[in-house]
Amino acid sequence: MNYDKYIAKCVKEIPPSGIRKFFDIASEMDDVISLGVGEPDFTTPWNICEMAIYAIEKGQTHYTSNHGMTELRIEIKKYLSERFELDYDINEIIATVGASEALDIAFRAIVEAGDEVLVPAPSYVSYMPGVRLAGGVAVPVLTVAENDFKYTREVLEKVITEKTKAIIMPFPNNPTGAIMTKEELEDIIDVIIKNDLIVISDEIYAELTYDYKHVSIATLEGMKERCIVINGFSKAFAMTGWRLGYVAGPRELVDAMVKIHQYTILCAPAAAQEAGIEALKTEHKNGFKQVRNMINQYNRRRRFMHEELNKIGLSCFEPLGAFYVFPDIRKTSLSSYEFCERLVKEKMVACVPGTAFGEGGEGFIRCSYASSMENLKEAIKRITEFLEENGWL
Amino acid sequence: MKNIRTEILDILQDDAKVSAKEIASMLGEKEEAIAAEIKKLEEEKVILKYKTLINREKAEYDHSEGIIEVKVEPQRERGYDEIAKRIYRFDEVKAVYLMSGTYDLSVHVEASTMKQISEFVFEKLAVMDGIRSTATYFIMRKYKEHGVVFVEDEKDERLVISP
Repeated sequence: MNYDKYIAKCVKEIPPSGIRKFFDIASEMDDVISLGVGEPDFTTPWNICEMAIYAIEKGQTHYTSNHGMTELRIEIKKYLSERFELDYDINEIIATVGASEALDIAFRAIVEAGDEVLVPAPSYVSYMPGVRLAGGVAVPVLTVAENDFKYTREVLEKVITEKTKAIIMPFPNNPTGAIMTKEELEDIIDVIIKNDLIVISDEIYAELTYDYKHVSIATLEGMKERCIVINGFSKAFAMTGWRLGYVAGPRELVDAMVKIHQYTILCAPAAAQEAGIEALKTEHKNGFKQVRNMINQYNRRRRFMHEELNKIGLSCFEPLGAFYVFPDIRKTSLSSYEFCERLVKEKMVACVPGTAFGEGGEGFIRCSYASSMENLKEAIKRITEFLEENGWL
Repeated sequence: MKNIRTEILDILQDDAKVSAKEIASMLGEKEEAIAAEIKKLEEEKVILKYKTLINREKAEYDHSEGIIEVKVEPQRERGYDEIAKRIYRFDEVKAVYLMSGTYDLSVHVEASTMKQISEFVFEKLAVMDGIRSTATYFIMRKYKEHGVVFVEDEKDERLVISP
């Protein structure tokens, strides 16, 4: 059969993932030290796992409300308010299958064929395909190292057209580790308001900021009404495999999103929702001790990686969020892909080429420090050897 | 942000082999400052000793450990301290804690064989003045000690590369 003619055009047009190709190379090798992992190296705290097991034992194995369990949304509401000064009613929150689903229903709820959505570049791999699958046109907004990979009003004004409907705010950022401070956000919001854009703010790394506390763009004056805030349990609570996220926003937009959610997903997994309740309740009671401890550990590794990479001449700006450093490898005159391919083949250290994250990623590689200190030390040692042996150091 | 002392202790408690240079890099401080602080912590006896956690089962030599619950007669003026001191001076004794609850001292002992521990209890400990009773428990398997899991190798289950 000629399947090609059956596959939808918009699916065919999405390029294969740049990560997938690299994954195939790295996963065939033994003893690879991986700096290529986009998830915490911590396992989910045991109290959370234990509660989910108990939930299954007592028969919590059914559908829940489309929006998610009321108790979960009450906890999310309290959490958002306490940690990020975001105030939402429980009817303005939907529990989703990871932040990924939240992104998808946000795109599909607002994008119509031909609508333009501003997508940061480089950025997380799902934004561009997500917008396209919703029928929209993803317009890259180039962020650059010289500007610490932040949005600026000049760049935004250049790419906005009358077809622009929404903008993705991706801070703290994967892969660059960039954040935007309150002042920097204030500097761009009038451009957003003037052009009447909806903001889709992906705040999955909100807990993981260093030296600065995360400021949600939705807390700025006049912004809440035009913001869809997306967050989840994966990064802050080391719960990637549970697939539990959430989206909060104005009631009308949430009602539109829940329409898609109820017909395509129905509800987030019940046991994961129970786990989410436990995660938030216990952390709330303990003053977010586990989260703070995790951030402290990441912070040490972050400083270590930032300093060591700069020391061996792979300059990188200081990342202030997430768990990635994004060093510049242009002095080697290799492409990002060549650099990563040779590094894994010659020294068995896996990083992700910056180009996997779209435009603007060429010349950079993403190194995740969600790995033990021993691994990080060994990785730095091997990268140093790699540079020395090739005469780049 | 925790203070530097707490941070240093926290890092060294987890891994005593981390160098002052590495700690400095992890905390964004100068190496000399960290080295000086560690020295101070040692001088003040906040840091008492750097030891190694060994999985004896894998080391394959004879080794036995027990925990003894000891009830004692506290002494006037000296309370429990005097009797605790008489106990902890024995080489076999690795730890002594004063406990709340149904007994007074928890005594942790180590020797090559269970027999040696038994002999220690009935020859040295149980007969000591001021000791009312002892109950000895042998450790059969260690699952976790000092926050480290003994029985399984913790594997990284994550995909090698993920977005």
